[in-house]
Amino acid sequence: MAVKNKKKPSQGKAGREIDKISGIETTGHEWDGLKELNNPLPRWWLWVFILTCVWAVGYWVVYPAWPTISGHTKGKYGWTQHKQLAAGQEEIREIQAAFLAMLRRTPLTDVKKDPELYAFALTGGAVAFKNHCAACHGTGADGMAHYPNLNDDDWLWGGSVDEIYRTIKYGIRSSHDETHISAMSSFGTDGILTRPEILAVTDHVRSLSGLGEDNARGAVIFQEQCSSCHGLDGKGDRAIGAPNLTDAVWLYGSSRDAVSSVIFSARNSVMPHWHGVISDDKIRQLALYVHSLGGGE
Amino acid sequence: MSDDGNNGGITYFEKQQNIYPQRVWGRYRKLKWLAMVVLLGIYYGVPWLRWDRGPHVPDQAVLIDMPSRRAYFFFIEIWPQEVYYLTAILIFAALMLFFVTALLGRVWCGYACPQTVWTDLFIWVERIVQGDRNARMKLDKSPLSFEKIWKKGLTHSLWILIGVCTGGAWVFYFNDAPTLWEHIIHFDVPWSVSSWIVALTASTYVMAGYAREQVCTFMCPYARFQSAMFDEDTLIIGYDEKRGEPRGKHKKGDSWDGRGHCIDCMQCVNVCPVGIDIRDGLQMECIACGLCVDACNNIMDKIELPRGLIRYDTASHIEKGTQLKLAHFFRPRTFWYAALLTVLGAFVIFGLTHRSVVELHVAHDRNPLYVMMSDGDIRNGYTLKILNKTHQDRVYSLSVEGIETTKLMLQNAPDAAIETLPVFADSVGHYRLFLFAEKQKAFRSNITFIITEQQDGIVTEQETIFISGEGR
Repeated sequence: MAVKNKKKPSQGKAGREIDKISGIETTGHEWDGLKELNNPLPRWWLWVFILTCVWAVGYWVVYPAWPTISGHTKGKYGWTQHKQLAAGQEEIREIQAAFLAMLRRTPLTDVKKDPELYAFALTGGAVAFKNHCAACHGTGADGMAHYPNLNDDDWLWGGSVDEIYRTIKYGIRSSHDETHISAMSSFGTDGILTRPEILAVTDHVRSLSGLGEDNARGAVIFQEQCSSCHGLDGKGDRAIGAPNLTDAVWLYGSSRDAVSSVIFSARNSVMPHWHGVISDDKIRQLALYVHSLGGGE
Repeated sequence: MSDDGNNGGITYFEKQQNIYPQRVWGRYRKLKWLAMVVLLGIYYGVPWLRWDRGPHVPDQAVLIDMPSRRAYFFFIEIWPQEVYYLTAILIFAALMLFFVTALLGRVWCGYACPQTVWTDLFIWVERIVQGDRNARMKLDKSPLSFEKIWKKGLTHSLWILIGVCTGGAWVFYFNDAPTLWEHIIHFDVPWSVSSWIVALTASTYVMAGYAREQVCTFMCPYARFQSAMFDEDTLIIGYDEKRGEPRGKHKKGDSWDGRGHCIDCMQCVNVCPVGIDIRDGLQMECIACGLCVDACNNIMDKIELPRGLIRYDTASHIEKGTQLKLAHFFRPRTFWYAALLTVLGAFVIFGLTHRSVVELHVAHDRNPLYVMMSDGDIRNGYTLKILNKTHQDRVYSLSVEGIETTKLMLQNAPDAAIETLPVFADSVGHYRLFLFAEKQKAFRSNITFIITEQQDGIVTEQETIFISGEGR
């Protein structure tokens, strides 16, 4: 059913034409025989429009707005997004400061006892990890060939939170005086072992973790050349970062080629030290984060 | 542009015509008063109703608790992830509006709409202070005087007071009412509360004090589309043209032969809160409040003619002059609306009564997908969220189906007993879990996490995956 939207005919200025069908005054203009009805907008529309104009002028005055030859207008109160951001970050830093002070006072092994502090440390550690560590160890800390997976329970230099802290702080074979240091001989390039001998040791080493057939000759060479660091049973030595060769985790790969290549030319990869590069607070958070990934001891 | 938007005699902007609704008595006016008292009573009173839900949970019957992300409506409690209930209720409300409109026309507009109720209240205040229609018109035209200042001042003060009460009542729905009341009388409220009070005071004052019928005419979408829901059997306010026309002044004693019953007394126009003449036919502005019906009936009584020259009726009856029958309300349109409402209502009630009190969400770690441990086992990481919607602390035990696990371990609590996962009352328990298993043949295995609530034995399952891959 049609609902009429009928306006009272305008009181009408003298001589104004009234449209017969709608009973509404026309504007008097004619375009190709069409006449426009005069349905005035409510006056408050005009006022709202004027108000928005005034509002816009206020905006120009208060906020940076207009480009000039040498920059832009600065706004009455000098507001910028940079300053707002800085103020916001300052606020966050103040909140963080209290937690960081508490974290500094707490031995790393005790942090877990305070769930709130622990959550703070892990959150900070996760961010720092993505900033400083993810390039080598991956965003999920699962590493890649030549870069250890930090999620597993296999640790070259120890997996307690204090040992992880030390490793992050001073690095491995880094330029810091306190760094972890050890070197595996390059049995091939230094001419200690011949190629057939290296392949024999390779087979023995792989057999320690159940890969492939054992090799008696390789076992003898292993006793002579490798056991001083890796141990007679091949279980390695954390004091010198010698890997455990009997487990399933291989830093440089477990294929025959990969293992023989390590024995031939050694690897001795380097982890940089972070002491003096990032704050000790961050290193502490990182240690707790890495320790929490599932393999921490 | 000149000040009045007047360009060569053509007006682009029309000044608002003030409307001075006149006082009226009658059946529909009484109904409107009743509706106002009931609706305002509900609005102001509901936050004060208490509802005992046990310890740790608010005991306000209706409370939308934003900080803890809960909504309480009597026996119903809604968590954020159940907001679809709200959707269902909104759809139900919309359908209800369609149904009532098809049945009874714009009764919502005339009696129940907040804009109508508060405008009515404001007009009442205006009348108490400044007098009825003629007095108000005279006062507005009169030059500034002491009388004008105090009358206008008192009116506006009372309006603002009502506005404050409106805004004040609104915030009680979002806070514990008695506690907030203590804070309010000590002027100790957070800015979020005070700014809501200010905003709602201002909007009540502007909307009910100034904008009034313009809200219905220019802003309200319902006014625009309600005509699509009308048909010739919808109840509307109609002027019986056959009986009324030709209209004209009538002197007592004159014959009614050859003329209509409308004596052109303008009462129906004077009482109209939206300022229309109902005798021009049904118009978009008409909110079907029935005040013109009351006004006309009073006149008809006075001149001893039957009532109902202007009445609630359907367009077809007014056209044909037949009697309104109850049967006319039953037609396909109203039937289908009622059917839809029943179905939807059943769904909502079923959903609310069969709401689960525990939910389990399991997210499998994506980075890394899996980890090979030194003993060759594969480890997968999961984040568990256990939603305990009961109002008591509960303990859940966990088991895994679909894979032979060698170890289950909570992150950072390697020694904790995995079968007891405590979750506090009315909260979400977060657990990081590591699942160890021997290397699988398949890269991806489907597994199920099962938690059993220890007290009531409610079992909840969630399917997830176990990823098994190669070491290096």
